[in-house]
Amino acid sequence: MRRVYLDHNATTPVVPEVLEAMRPYFFEHFGNASSIHHHGQETRAAVERARESVAKLIGSRPAEVVFTSGGTEADNLAIFGLVRPSDHVITSPVEHHAVLNSCKHLEEQGSRVTYLPVDPAGRVNPDDLRGALRANTKLVSIMMANNETGVIQPVEEIGKICREADIYFHSDAVQAAAKVPIRVETIGCDLLSISGHKMNAPQGVGALYVRRGTTLEPMLFGGSHERSRRAGTENVPGIVGLGRAAELARRGFEQGEDHAVAALRDRLEKAILQQVEAVGVNGAGAPRVPNTTNIYFDYIEGEALVIALDLKGLAVSTGAACSSGAIEPSHVLTAMGLGQDRARASLRFSLGKHNTAADVDFAIELVPRLVEKLRELSPVYNKTSVVPS
Amino acid sequence: MDKFTDSSMSSFVDQDAVRGTRNSETIAVAMSGGVDSSTVAAMLRADGYEVIGLTMQLWNQRRLAGRPGMPEVVHGRCCSLDDVYDARAVAEAIGIPYYVVNHEARFERDVVRPFVEQYLSGRTPIPCSLCNNHLKFDQLLRVARQIGAARVATGHYAQVEFDRQRERWLLKRPRDRSKDQTYFLFGLTQEQLSRTLFPLGNMTKPEVRARAHGYGLALAEKPDSQEICFVPGGEYKNFLAAYLAEQGETFPDTRGELITTDGRVLGEHGGIHNFTVGQRKGLGVATGSPLYVVQIKGDTRQVVVGGQENLYSETLAVRQINLIAFEDLTDSLKVRVKIRHRHEPAPATITKIGADEILVRFAEPQRAVTPGQAAVFYQDDVVVGGGWIS
Repeated sequence: MRRVYLDHNATTPVVPEVLEAMRPYFFEHFGNASSIHHHGQETRAAVERARESVAKLIGSRPAEVVFTSGGTEADNLAIFGLVRPSDHVITSPVEHHAVLNSCKHLEEQGSRVTYLPVDPAGRVNPDDLRGALRANTKLVSIMMANNETGVIQPVEEIGKICREADIYFHSDAVQAAAKVPIRVETIGCDLLSISGHKMNAPQGVGALYVRRGTTLEPMLFGGSHERSRRAGTENVPGIVGLGRAAELARRGFEQGEDHAVAALRDRLEKAILQQVEAVGVNGAGAPRVPNTTNIYFDYIEGEALVIALDLKGLAVSTGAACSSGAIEPSHVLTAMGLGQDRARASLRFSLGKHNTAADVDFAIELVPRLVEKLRELSPVYNKTSVVPS
Repeated sequence: MDKFTDSSMSSFVDQDAVRGTRNSETIAVAMSGGVDSSTVAAMLRADGYEVIGLTMQLWNQRRLAGRPGMPEVVHGRCCSLDDVYDARAVAEAIGIPYYVVNHEARFERDVVRPFVEQYLSGRTPIPCSLCNNHLKFDQLLRVARQIGAARVATGHYAQVEFDRQRERWLLKRPRDRSKDQTYFLFGLTQEQLSRTLFPLGNMTKPEVRARAHGYGLALAEKPDSQEICFVPGGEYKNFLAAYLAEQGETFPDTRGELITTDGRVLGEHGGIHNFTVGQRKGLGVATGSPLYVVQIKGDTRQVVVGGQENLYSETLAVRQINLIAFEDLTDSLKVRVKIRHRHEPAPATITKIGADEILVRFAEPQRAVTPGQAAVFYQDDVVVGGGWIS
């Protein structure tokens, strides 16, 4: 069966260039980057080259990049590394669970957390941030781009407010990295998380940008790795992979890959909006990353549509998978004001740099057909159909 | 490798046994993670069908965990992560696509809520029938059709067949009478029956386990689940309290008088939800002869107690009727009627006495007729229909 993957916000394949860069660091150059001998020096050099590459991608100094096991650890380190129980934190209800559940835990520890409201596109209003600031506000954590809708937050305005108020600003840029250019100086953030496997590097590696002069309490205790900010022997192959992926991402921007992906995404979106009735784009009108579109198909169960599409070879997603693998209504779409039915009727299509026009055509051919079929069986849509009660 | 670890399951599954000739029909199997539904999936796969495994996520077992009277961790129960893990492992081992579908909201509305309310109004509910009617053979059937499977197979012990003479789909008791689940399936409509397969209907449980072994399924000896899936340990009173507390609702005062059949007040009771008809223990009164709950009056909150002889009824009324073997009940009909899961169907005559009401007259009085339970009518192996005891 032909299979087309349009779920790159979940994870991306490790591209051959990245795999090739990693390959020597499993066997040929296997040293512990902390060792003083030749083997250690070899891998140390590789880790530092990767650090430079990641720093270039986000416009930071290499020493400001801390490698982690992924985006979740980066978010946790940023939040728990800074916030104490007496502190106040400001975030938004559309954050990834790595941030939201960390904030929930902070609340259980006694911290106060303010969740800024979002507009129908899912964006926070910087004025609301101004109003939410308190004397003991320690940290503002607002994502750069949303994982479900791709909507980009006004991070530069947020960064400006945080600088004026002398408050730490963390941005989860896991879904922004390699999709839109990131300059930490322009954003004005103190902390910024990225994840390898969302940008064609392997799962299990990520990084946290930590502005020089920011004191973070470590979460892991052990050796003095990563300038004592993250103990544990470096995942050298993963880090090398992330470094190479960052290089490829920079080259991609130079070559206009982001525009090419946007063109494909727009074509998909336009075709679906034209061919299917009672649909719309969640987050429409707001700036979005180029690869993502989140579309609601009224009168259907997104869960059934995702399964039906998967059985026909198209991989997309809906909502958030809970521990059993069942789908829960998206907290992001709910926060944007969508009703339960529409939130459950929404699908995310997220493209990757290897998707082709033929992949998009495959989706355009399949989606309207299956939506129509599901609607025929929907008691809400087709009131004349006989459905046993 | 330890052969009892789940990760080794695929290496033990006899792939030849589960890969038969091709059959173009796609069938969805409702997989609970137990032996029965897992074996159904493997059997249909072996018969060459295109099989899709579906597990319904109905209740988050962790929701009430740790509340008073509720366990901290719930293992090996319906909708528990262990069961989903088992179902997924079976699907992976036999090579079928598998999905978990979330129907928690509907389950809470159509099964859990009524369960709580019935107890609080002095009735003794059976949530499994509600689940079959509203979830398994409604929601799941719809999802199945939406994803391209016209029929759903389950691991229920029952049989379904089309009767050409009557031109109706019939529900029949299974070959293994000790596992008969037709009592919980009386609410199935003709449309639902026409889209349902019960592949275990002519097998005994030992045969099913043997089949599971034959396919190399690691869970062939997994014990049967017995209790109501969302009520840990069968402690329904703790569940009621924990659920209402979670909902932020105050537990209603259901206390009232304990009275005799001739109206004499014996004392107070702690709440009608603590009682079920036929109950002998926990009445809180001491008398010379054994006393039983013979009636629970929801409106006055009185619990009526009496001797063994007061427990027997000759008639009962049934509402919310579903007839399977007939379109309608025009004349009185001689049938056998089952009034609780572990009741041997008793001879009776059923007569329609209202648009949606049937009177059951037993040949011999029956013990502990319990409102909230189902009365299911049988003629030999055929389920004529049934309804709820009012």
